[in-house]
Amino acid sequence: MAELMQLDAVSRRFGGLQALDRVTLDIGRGEILGLIGPNGAGKTTLVNVVTGVHRATGGRIRFEGRDTTAFRPYQAARAGIARTFQVVQPFPELSVHENVTAAALFCGANGGLRHARVVAGEQLEFVGLSAAADQPAANLTLAMRKRLELAKALAMKPKLLFLDEVNAGLNSAEVEQAMGLIQQIAATGVTIVLIEHLMKVVLSVCSRIVVLHNGALIADGPPSSIVSNQHVVEAYLGKKYAQMAAQAAGNP
Amino acid sequence: MTTPSTSTGTNDGELMRIEGLQSGYGPVTVLWDVNLVVPEGRITALIGSNGAGKSTLMRTISGLVATRAGRLLWQGREIQHSTPAQVLGLGIAHVPEGRRLFSAMTVEDNLVMGAYLRRGAGAQVARDLERVYSIFPKLADRRTQAAGTMSGGEQQMCAIGRGLMSAPRLLMIDELSLGLSPLLVEQLIEALVSLNRDGLTILVVEQDVVAALEVSSQAFVMDMGRVVQHGPSDQLLADPAVRKAYLGALAD
Repeated sequence: MAELMQLDAVSRRFGGLQALDRVTLDIGRGEILGLIGPNGAGKTTLVNVVTGVHRATGGRIRFEGRDTTAFRPYQAARAGIARTFQVVQPFPELSVHENVTAAALFCGANGGLRHARVVAGEQLEFVGLSAAADQPAANLTLAMRKRLELAKALAMKPKLLFLDEVNAGLNSAEVEQAMGLIQQIAATGVTIVLIEHLMKVVLSVCSRIVVLHNGALIADGPPSSIVSNQHVVEAYLGKKYAQMAAQAAGNP
Repeated sequence: MTTPSTSTGTNDGELMRIEGLQSGYGPVTVLWDVNLVVPEGRITALIGSNGAGKSTLMRTISGLVATRAGRLLWQGREIQHSTPAQVLGLGIAHVPEGRRLFSAMTVEDNLVMGAYLRRGAGAQVARDLERVYSIFPKLADRRTQAAGTMSGGEQQMCAIGRGLMSAPRLLMIDELSLGLSPLLVEQLIEALVSLNRDGLTILVVEQDVVAALEVSSQAFVMDMGRVVQHGPSDQLLADPAVRKAYLGALAD
């Protein structure tokens, strides 16, 4: 599998805190990569560093062969690296459609505003928000705001999409719908990095999982090897979960 | 509505009773007619889809949202017109959705703020602080750190710890597992079960319906601002209609 993004010993330090510690990671074109780890492990920091929100304090990042280590957020976005935010923050007074149009415009939808509006409409239809298009974003329920967040990211036509806890706060039925969307996005050729605590989601949609702990990668492999990895069980999953997962793996 | 039988257990005194409760925001009515009973010494779960009114119910109990009709009875006494501070003074602590910490204050200051009504109880407050640190050792490590700089999961622990610092008789937690790793959720649920064993009554909103029904002894299902179903948690967990509406295929 060809690499879309390569992280080579990427580090990020905040004062005395080593938030990322020489993370080396290849993200293959077209894969759905699960990124898991305890709270505070550095998952969101990793997304912030590759999208230019924070500058890496060490190491190099390459995207499609280009060195993007020093990219600013707008450069990363225009290069095709998009992300959703854990705490969704739409422009509350703009309509749902306008929120997505802004994202499409920003990423240079050729053809200007008219085209951006069309792109926004398509993405809203894709995520199932067409009926709410004209409402102020502030009126949406949490589940709908999460879908709006997804539509905004998709309107930027990303090649690589980081989904940061897009399922947090959704109930099981809503999570199931969101999973369907993620799989459909992947089917269009977008590479996805899924940050997620719901292991049912990670195990059912990811082909490969990497685990961050205290800023460093402690495991990288297919789901079956991750759930049986002793370090991962101790740092993240917990013994109760590991037993359940082992049973589930025994009778798929 | 008749008083539930008290013959089912030794600890079935009624701590809180809600009758015909109606509330909302501005022109919008969210809760239409909520009836429920929280028995003392139990863990009660509130489940339902996003937008069903679960958080609004907690906010109305806390006095953050005004009651428009109906009654809130705390140990038989009407409290629906109490202020949030009075509600806290009665022994009802609310851990809100979205953490809502004082982000520039330290972890310890946030925790101590939870005890601000307990004047003259210094020694007991100090003991409770140590108890919170023993439940969440990570908070002890970070006691001097600004709360807003911690990871989402650590902030959630701090919010729950702050709730415990008021020495409540009823702890209401909105979105228990939001953004937490499986291991932390397991630890948190163990902590709640142990607090409950020591006599604390708990009312919890949780999107992971299986976890909510496993940890609680009884549950109320909300939809469109009303309680549409309630009963012992194990019965609800086995109910095909509940499974279909809230668990989906993920339950299997």
